[in-house]
Amino acid sequence: MAEFLMPSLGADMEAGTLVEWLKKPGDPVRRGEIIAVVETQKGAIEVECFEDGTLDGYLVELNTKVPVGTPLAMIRGDGEEPAATRTEAAPEPPPLPVKPEPDKVDAASLRPLPTVATSRGRLRISPAARRLATEKGVDPAALAGTGPGGAIQLADIGAGAARAAPEAEPQRTGGFNMYAMRDAIAAAMARSKREIPHYYMSQTCDLTKAEAFIAERNAGKAPEERVLVAALFVKAVAKALKKYKEFSGHYENGVFAPGETVHVGMAINIRGGGLVAPAIHYAQSLDLDTVMDKTRDLVARVRAGRFRASELSDPTITVTSLGDRGVEAMYPIIYPPQVAIVGIGTPVIRPWVVGDEVVPRSTVTLTLAADHRVSDGHRGGLFLSAIDKNLQEPEKL
Amino acid sequence: MSDDRLESALRQELHKIAPDIEIADIDPDGDMREEFDIDSMDFLNLVAALSKSLDLPMQEEDYDQMGSYNAMLAYLRAHSG
Repeated sequence: MAEFLMPSLGADMEAGTLVEWLKKPGDPVRRGEIIAVVETQKGAIEVECFEDGTLDGYLVELNTKVPVGTPLAMIRGDGEEPAATRTEAAPEPPPLPVKPEPDKVDAASLRPLPTVATSRGRLRISPAARRLATEKGVDPAALAGTGPGGAIQLADIGAGAARAAPEAEPQRTGGFNMYAMRDAIAAAMARSKREIPHYYMSQTCDLTKAEAFIAERNAGKAPEERVLVAALFVKAVAKALKKYKEFSGHYENGVFAPGETVHVGMAINIRGGGLVAPAIHYAQSLDLDTVMDKTRDLVARVRAGRFRASELSDPTITVTSLGDRGVEAMYPIIYPPQVAIVGIGTPVIRPWVVGDEVVPRSTVTLTLAADHRVSDGHRGGLFLSAIDKNLQEPEKL
Repeated sequence: MSDDRLESALRQELHKIAPDIEIADIDPDGDMREEFDIDSMDFLNLVAALSKSLDLPMQEEDYDQMGSYNAMLAYLRAHSG
């Protein structure tokens, strides 16, 4: 029997609200299958299962907010007996997360668990009221309910919102609550600046060959087959990591664990404010068209406010690009527990020496922020320079 | 195809990509990416959607003729039969 947990989607997430089950008790589930949707500061996140088996029973009711690491359901392995008594028992408040016993540490329990479990008891609140509370930014736990048994009803939320008299209602764009998103970004970046001794490097890179390569490749193609230079940047970074492995991985509990595979997080901005950096998985083994397809898919799902838990927690390095409208260079902040982030400025035409002549060239400033606990400027410089070199040979990416 | 239909197709696709921007509020001769706050992926999606609905190739080499709202409209008019 395995636990299906409220996932941790990064350093900044403490809790999430279960909003949708996509599988019923008794349904077969496969590793990688999406079985629930949780609402977090980063929007609605689809959560995959890590085991093959059968969904044995729910442990948390819909619209309940629980700390990261709380078991949401049990997954019965193939061949295991159903836990009959468990499913027939009267519904109880969700059990608190249990710390793993030292003698049964297995791979599953190595996933981050909360160190502190909080419980305020279950709040009596109607689903409609809970939704309204979320929309209005009202904490229902702070309200006195006027419904049966003190249950909080829609009207109570309205009164609570009026009392709180917010300056403005939380802006929602797509599936995002902008205030929550801002809090999440602030928490992650404050932790990064507090814990990670950053160092920074930059390199101006001639983009002429890369742009010509893209233009030639896209000529005559339908728009949905065209590739953006952004996909080339992802490939150039992923390829450079083959030699400079210390820039890809996670630093946790005082130990750096290099990524076994490279999952490149791509920073995608959200209309109205905020950003997320979900992963392009296995970026080293994908060809350029596949990277582009995955980028297109990620951007579409980020715009729609719906992406998967593993996409947020898996990146081993992040690439952040200002695009066509911006400034020459950016100095990005590492997203913990990652140890490096590559920034790509807005391409600009500048005078460039080619052979003995000064000619106008399209150039871009590449920057690197990396973690001194893991690497030094010597290797950082070589890594950044390898990305530059890769962009001079776009046909090999 | 009539001008009206071309313009409504353009407005419709722009609204899908930038629902927070009112066409009445933009400078129709300004840089479309600035006016609608869209990035290269949004622009590619716009071109893909228009290309499909209007059955036009809209090649990448023509992008510089689609820089503003008015320029895009003129391009669509010139190329649709």
